Amino acid sequence: MDTLTRRKFLIASGVVGGAALAAGATALTLRDILATSGDRPEAAGTLVVVTLYGGNDGLNTVIPHADPAYRSARPELAYQGSEVLRLDDATGLNPALKEMHGLFGAGRLAVVRGVGYPKPDRSHFRSMDIWHTAQPERPGTTGWLGRWLDRAGGDPRLAVSFENVLPPLLAGASSAGAVVGLREMKLPVGIKAETLTALGQGAQGASPLLARACHCFTDLVRVDEMIRDVKEAADSTPDEPAPGGTGTGGQTALAEQLDLVAQCIEAKAATRVFSVSLGGFDTHADEKEPHQALLGILDKAIGSFWKRMSKVDTKVVMLIYSEFGRRVKANASDGTDHGTASNLFLIGEGVKGGLHGDQPSLTDLDNGDLKFGLDFRDVYAALVERVLEADPGPILGGWRGRAEGVL
Amino acid sequence: MAERERFAHLLRRATFGPTAQEVDAAEKAGFAATVEALVAPGGEDPLGLPALGPDPFTAINRNSSREERQAARKARNEQVQQLTAWWLRRMATAKHQFSEKLVFFWHGHWATSVQKVDSAQLMLKQLNTFRTLGRGDFGALVKAMLRDPALIIWLDGQRNTREAPNENLARELMELFTLGIGGGYTENDVKAAARALTGWTLERTTGQVRLEPKRFDDAEKTILGRTGRFDADGLADLLVAQPVSPRFLASRLWFRFAQGDVVPAEAAQRMVSAYGSGRDVTAMARAMFSDPAFAATRGQLVKQPVEWLVGAVRQLEVNADRQGEVVRALNALDQVPLRPPSVGGWPSGAAWLTTFALQTKLRLAQSLAVNASAAVVDRLAAAPEAGRPEALARLLVVDGWSEATRKVLAPLKVPHRLLTMGLASPEYMVS
Repeated sequence: MDTLTRRKFLIASGVVGGAALAAGATALTLRDILATSGDRPEAAGTLVVVTLYGGNDGLNTVIPHADPAYRSARPELAYQGSEVLRLDDATGLNPALKEMHGLFGAGRLAVVRGVGYPKPDRSHFRSMDIWHTAQPERPGTTGWLGRWLDRAGGDPRLAVSFENVLPPLLAGASSAGAVVGLREMKLPVGIKAETLTALGQGAQGASPLLARACHCFTDLVRVDEMIRDVKEAADSTPDEPAPGGTGTGGQTALAEQLDLVAQCIEAKAATRVFSVSLGGFDTHADEKEPHQALLGILDKAIGSFWKRMSKVDTKVVMLIYSEFGRRVKANASDGTDHGTASNLFLIGEGVKGGLHGDQPSLTDLDNGDLKFGLDFRDVYAALVERVLEADPGPILGGWRGRAEGVL
Repeated sequence: MAERERFAHLLRRATFGPTAQEVDAAEKAGFAATVEALVAPGGEDPLGLPALGPDPFTAINRNSSREERQAARKARNEQVQQLTAWWLRRMATAKHQFSEKLVFFWHGHWATSVQKVDSAQLMLKQLNTFRTLGRGDFGALVKAMLRDPALIIWLDGQRNTREAPNENLARELMELFTLGIGGGYTENDVKAAARALTGWTLERTTGQVRLEPKRFDDAEKTILGRTGRFDADGLADLLVAQPVSPRFLASRLWFRFAQGDVVPAEAAQRMVSAYGSGRDVTAMARAMFSDPAFAATRGQLVKQPVEWLVGAVRQLEVNADRQGEVVRALNALDQVPLRPPSVGGWPSGAAWLTTFALQTKLRLAQSLAVNASAAVVDRLAAAPEAGRPEALARLLVVDGWSEATRKVLAPLKVPHRLLTMGLASPEYMVS
């Protein structure tokens, strides 16, 4: 990346940009901010969140093959010890996860097992809401990273999603992350940025939804400027979730989303949080092959992303999770029904590679499902504290737990 | 609220986007008569169903070649496109606008995607079920849906057997279709309900659904505190008789037609009373539109992309033969009918208000404006220049412009530029 291009993306911290914008500097553009800004703090970390929609089968992802209870619970679905990619004597990764196995070998990938929350909910939507909001008792209307964005000044460029609809985790109380779709990045010919800025001024005194509609206009102007030079024309079409899974969200091609994330990070864009996703994990029937194919899509995208990241000096940490794991015992259709606790992955700088947390028992179950050993908010709190360098307290409702030894 | 705004609000919600003439006519007829004409329309409204022909895969068997399979796949995709285009044209042209919008509501409620069902015929069959049963007894609709081949495929109903039940359909039936999250059922109820739904088999190419007694679990089950040999109909009766069920349905109608928030308790009560022991969906809708609390929900829904686009097509009198473009546009906005993103149905509210969607709408607004009928353009051009923002508001049935929007519109002289900015304006995105 040459200095000039790099310079273009050295944007003031969100707090500065956001505060200035909130003060009513209506004519402020990205270039104004650039002209006054210092470098982005070199140590500032970037968080990439990968959401797997539909409930990924954790037991066929990180496989406890040495446990006889594993094979007897799902004889048709189980992998043999000889098939898996070895993590330790008792555990291996799904054969599709070759790149991730390489990252594990290099000490950059942490597998955190037995992650969940109290009184698990087996509804996709409720459970995903719980993970998005980090409010298991009563999911509210703001996402955990949206609340971080509110406190970081609310500039939408700080938290970017390459999905087509705003993921709830990026919705704050007073701000929202930017949604930058994969298709058609440019403003239409004949529409001037000034017109959009002007239409954005109607927010004052408007109803909340109308105000939000107005904010879209100002956000679009800002995001458009940032993205224009980042995106090389990469025409893309959404991929189809693998057949077999009932759709439960997350449809746009993961590899292409991560490609854009990599471009933004390489260009040192101001963005601190990226949200990407892959759907199709709701494998109630004939699960084994489609599930392996989906993990293959995940693995390939993750592998090429981290190859690119090895060449940048930014601290990048990736979280990969799903709303729940699946039932230990297979159903009659060679699939699995909705479950509870599962494993998640952390990859990147400062992550202590290896296996973390105990493998939940496959025989001492909660209503047929695994019992959780680690609350997911412990992981969130550690990410907020150590990657985003913010106080997790107000973002996570005063949550005090931390996943120790992982980050 | 000014009288005209009350009618405009009702029609924006109950139709796919009213024209100024429709608001004029409603104002003349009076509010109660307008509600009645919406929920219980008289007169013919021929469907003109698409001639899909048979499922191309009926001709495919074990000995078919790869080329034959590919050709069948292609033909099937074309049928799906044909059906989608037909439905969008129907939304724009139906005389019985609310009936059609209710079909769209049920489509989002039962949220079945052709992506997994993979058959235009079965999706059309499901739409016809919404059309024939969606305005009457909710219990009858639930029973029909438990035999609906598209829903069964979507939620793996045909894989649910006595040997080991598949919970997918049972769980969503309670959570999303009849009781709602927190609707008083437990994990054990879901498991027992799955047993009541065992045994349904499906002939893939004919779409024939049949109960196979050998696969059905006819033993006793305890569901929601009641014990019996429940089957699909018994389960449906039990679920719709739960006191929470009508309240759940009222909240879903309110969520899509009134406001994306909790339905006020008194309004819910009135809707539930109207629904009554006959579980009358039309009566519930009539009560909703007539409720004082409904009038207070103006500006509190975000138009879904289908509503935004079909409404624009109706108001600008865009040629209904341009459906291919409409489908592509909806693809860009992430709301293609027959392809909901998940069993939870379409997103709502601020989720549609994204920078990406705005960018797409700006482009679409230009294209729609260029394709507006000559009559619409003439009507706008006939207004004196100073009065064109008002003429535009009337045309698009927007109650008024903010100062900021007015400043953008005022200098625009060319009608199609006015139309573009009107369609893309913040005021036109909310309803």
